[in-house]
Amino acid sequence: MVENKEHNPSIKAEVKNLSFYYGSLQALKNVSLVIEQNKITALIGPSGCGKSTYLRCFNRMHDLYPGHRYEGEILLYPDGINIAGGGIDPIEIRLKNAMVFQKPNPFPKSIFENVAYGLRIRGLKNYHQIKERVERALLEGALWDEVKDRLHDPAFNLSGGQQQRLCIARALACDPELLLFDEPTSALDPIATARIEELMGELKKKVTIIVVTHNMQQAARVSDFTAFLYLGELIEWGKTEQIFTNPKEKKTEDYITGRFG
Amino acid sequence: MKEFKEHTDKHYEADLKDLKEDILRMGAVVEEMLVFSMKSLVDRNSAFAEEVIKKEPVVNQLEMMVDDRCLKLLALHQPAAVDLRFIVISLKIGKDLERMGDLAVNIAEIAIELNQEPQLKQYVDLPRLSAIAQHMVNRALDAFVKQDAILAKKVLEQDDEADNLKDKIQDDLVPMMEKDKEAVFRAVRLILIARQLERIADHATNIAEEVVFMVQGKDIRHQYSRSGSG
Repeated sequence: MVENKEHNPSIKAEVKNLSFYYGSLQALKNVSLVIEQNKITALIGPSGCGKSTYLRCFNRMHDLYPGHRYEGEILLYPDGINIAGGGIDPIEIRLKNAMVFQKPNPFPKSIFENVAYGLRIRGLKNYHQIKERVERALLEGALWDEVKDRLHDPAFNLSGGQQQRLCIARALACDPELLLFDEPTSALDPIATARIEELMGELKKKVTIIVVTHNMQQAARVSDFTAFLYLGELIEWGKTEQIFTNPKEKKTEDYITGRFG
Repeated sequence: MKEFKEHTDKHYEADLKDLKEDILRMGAVVEEMLVFSMKSLVDRNSAFAEEVIKKEPVVNQLEMMVDDRCLKLLALHQPAAVDLRFIVISLKIGKDLERMGDLAVNIAEIAIELNQEPQLKQYVDLPRLSAIAQHMVNRALDAFVKQDAILAKKVLEQDDEADNLKDKIQDDLVPMMEKDKEAVFRAVRLILIARQLERIADHATNIAEEVVFMVQGKDIRHQYSRSGSG
């Protein structure tokens, strides 16, 4: 693992010796990992390995669970703040590190209001500014052309793939630094999946992405770096090409070649 | 050497096993062709050469089968890591073995021609070169089966020996041609056989390099052979 004394501008986040507990259950064991700026890092591993737990640490989603506990650090650059530390406002963190979930979860509002929601929460009141940012977010979310003539229709009228892109646009509206994808295409058909994957490739020019996926071909297709977790431990981390052609660890090799269990 | 468990997907496991078996069948046929083509020359018996020529379509058929299996595995199972390397090198080994079969046929055809002429000289170095080439082929395939990179690297070390012996054969025959015009027809053909054997050794080298890639994930081509052509 990279030990950098001074902040390297190509690094977006640095996880140092992170352990996480749900009460007495330790879900992450001393994980250290570097998240590179404007790259896609994929987290793979069997169910229960800690990959979603790990992803959720980045926006303090676990704060909703009673008895949770963090050890170690998640340093978010360039500020170098420790997300896992005390004195952090989870709402602020969630605006910076936005999450896109497995199933599209638009609000029961119009397409426009879904995207505007985060902006309004942030206190933006000027309609023209909001309109401009909604349009930009929908363009960046590759949805604009499909919805520009029906912005005030209910979001639920959209197809599953469109709803997922709406959720991505909703996250983008607040200019996040990190986009956290938790199985973003597992509820979508192959074409909608391909669109999201293509979109991820575009989005990384602007934001840094971490994606949890059970679909190893997806990890191979979209990510620049891949981390393999098993039983709460980070087994191996490296360039995606290396992990999928020539992993160093036997456990990684067994997992990606389907020799598990 | 890493020991691998079986794949959870039994169909995948079976398909990979079938591919390996086809490569080995192909290897066995090619090894036999090589032995018979040289036996035909040394024993001056063209019946062996005819057998070699008959075997060529078998090798071609197997090559196509290997290609088909590889394509199917790549398309249906999206292999990764050691499995991906195994399938990719299987495609290459199939091609190498097919070329070796062609070279054995060339030797057989030349042997038929030479067997109709009086023997130019006692064959000493050609059987030696053939033994080296056969040893290399055998070891390379053995390394493939056992996934043994150390054994594969030993094959690479033998390649220079084959190259040097081919040069020696050539150097010995040129003065004979200079002295005696009558010797040219046969001497040229003996040089051609040496050349085929040396090419067979090169293909064995390729297979050995591919085995190292499969086992270690390292590309070691163009490092060992004298000519650098691998």
